[in-house]
Amino acid sequence: MWEYSDKVKEHYKNPKNVGSIENADAIGEAGALACGDKLKIYLKIDNGIITDAKFQTFGCGSAVASSSILTEMIIGKTVEEARKITNKDIADELDGLPPEKMHCSVMGHEALEDALKDYFDEKEEQPQKQNTKKIICNCFGVSEEEIIKAIKEKGAKTLDDIKEINYAGGGCTRCVPNIKMILDKYVKNDTQLNPVQFILKINKVLETDVAHELGKDSGGIELINVEGKNVYVKLTGTCSSCKNASVTLKNFVEKQLREHVDQDINVIEVK
Amino acid sequence: MTLVYLDNNATTMVAPEVVEAMLPYFSQNYANPSSIYDIAHNASEALKESREVMADFLGAANPKEIIFTSCGSESANMAIKGALEVNRNKKHIITTKIEHPCVLNLYKDLEKKGYRVSWIDVDKNGDLNISRLLEEVCSDTALVSVMMANNETGTIYPVDKISEAVKMQNPETKVFVDAVQAAGKIPINVKNTKIDMLGISGHKFHAPKGVGALYVKTGTMISPLIIGGHQERGKRAGTENVPYIVGMATAAKLAKDALEDELTRVKALRDKLEKGILSSIKNSVLNSKSKNRVPNTTNIGFQYIEGELILLHMNDEGICASSGSACTSGSLEPSHVLRAQGVPFTSLHGSIRFSLSRYTTEADVQYTLEKLPAIITKLAKISPFQKELAEIMG
Repeated sequence: MWEYSDKVKEHYKNPKNVGSIENADAIGEAGALACGDKLKIYLKIDNGIITDAKFQTFGCGSAVASSSILTEMIIGKTVEEARKITNKDIADELDGLPPEKMHCSVMGHEALEDALKDYFDEKEEQPQKQNTKKIICNCFGVSEEEIIKAIKEKGAKTLDDIKEINYAGGGCTRCVPNIKMILDKYVKNDTQLNPVQFILKINKVLETDVAHELGKDSGGIELINVEGKNVYVKLTGTCSSCKNASVTLKNFVEKQLREHVDQDINVIEVK
Repeated sequence: MTLVYLDNNATTMVAPEVVEAMLPYFSQNYANPSSIYDIAHNASEALKESREVMADFLGAANPKEIIFTSCGSESANMAIKGALEVNRNKKHIITTKIEHPCVLNLYKDLEKKGYRVSWIDVDKNGDLNISRLLEEVCSDTALVSVMMANNETGTIYPVDKISEAVKMQNPETKVFVDAVQAAGKIPINVKNTKIDMLGISGHKFHAPKGVGALYVKTGTMISPLIIGGHQERGKRAGTENVPYIVGMATAAKLAKDALEDELTRVKALRDKLEKGILSSIKNSVLNSKSKNRVPNTTNIGFQYIEGELILLHMNDEGICASSGSACTSGSLEPSHVLRAQGVPFTSLHGSIRFSLSRYTTEADVQYTLEKLPAIITKLAKISPFQKELAEIMG
């Protein structure tokens, strides 16, 4: 069991400022249902001061507690002050979070950033990143530097190696493509695929992992052609008439191919 | 404060009779069973009797077929590594996608070490595609490994039939069954089956943690995991943990006697809990959909609410259960069992496992049915999926 501070417990038991605000001046979102964490934050802003804040969270105890305390922290603050709040500030205000749960505070920070970006004009400068170190895996708070270190010093070669060394990529898996990119860059690649191997590898991923996932919804996929890094596919079964097909192609099929075969693959649907 | 313990697949309360049976072996008959004097003889007699009881519990033809271990994970590791070690020329293993991590991670490790592993799928109900499994059996197949009952959903797998069919295809292939979640819940009888090895763990059927057993059929060769003394006929070195072994044997006897109760009263309580939740909570979805299930387990998903949050609020009411949610496990990955079954993300992260035991009462179930709807209603209000929930909840 996680060791939660009394403050965390208090906030997940009786969260403050739950709900939405009609005619909110800013709305921010972070996370996704698939990851097991999603946060929506609503702000009322008067003359640059946050006068009200409400949240809705799908997530664990610490996600709810982080959202709840964040709304308390920002009400009454100016937008500029709110911008400066980091995920560490949120965790500190809760008297700390277990290390594995730090991503919950990151999500609060992301949603707030998203809301404020929504509020400011496009012309305005982008909110400055608080972290000097570039965080790759938000779930475990692992920086790019640490992943490179795992490759160079501990001999990590694959995603599994990275997961074993510093857990990165083992949580919601959103950062997996980025980790693969770092691996591609820093792990010496001694095998270059020839065009035939390239197509076979694509087909294998489509036939196994992808077909299996789509099959759960009675859908299917066919490889039509490969031109350079463009992969032409046809969706079959229930997928062919699914209105979310384009989302599936980009978020799932392309992601899988980029992860397993080549970072630069584009998936194009053939009707 | 009320305590309703519905997490018996995680571990169980040690039965009072078990504690009582163990006590004399701590400070009276504490001698090493390998020694020569009377109190050692008492210990070795207790060991012998316990072995007979365990053989009877599993339907083994001979008490020599029972090896005492420290836990279910050790039983599995000993069986799998031990059998592969004496069969080094074969490099193929067949298992399922829904095995317990103690088996699953071992196969992942063996995969890295050069073994080819076929991972067999389950369908939407959690049932295994047995013909797919059999298609994979080839001359290189060293081992087939299927659990008898799943810890998360309670689904029972027909290991007798599978072992029979596997041996028809390749008589040299060994069959290991992880029966940790079956022991005490359904009858286990290796007699007249083709199962070569079967592992169980004491603490899942009201014995203490720290003791398990492995059945190894006469004639099945395995090399030991722990090398040292002559204990367990050289198969498992280390002074025998006599009090715990006595405890497990006592628990096995009690479980055997209580099996009827498990299959009727406990099952009825589980069904009442399950039906009650599904009818009173509109966003609940049954994950334990197989027709073949152990009588004590149900797994229910609550759409658009996260599982750890549900567990924390249940805990505040004194109700203990488990979740397949990513956030409760150390790994932060959602349940591989529910994923394999194709449980959608809408309810995957909000899946709760309720597992009863013979100590569960009608009042426990009643209390849970009273408290849970209010918890879910409260948590639904926090969810950002208000539109979706409104459609379901009406």
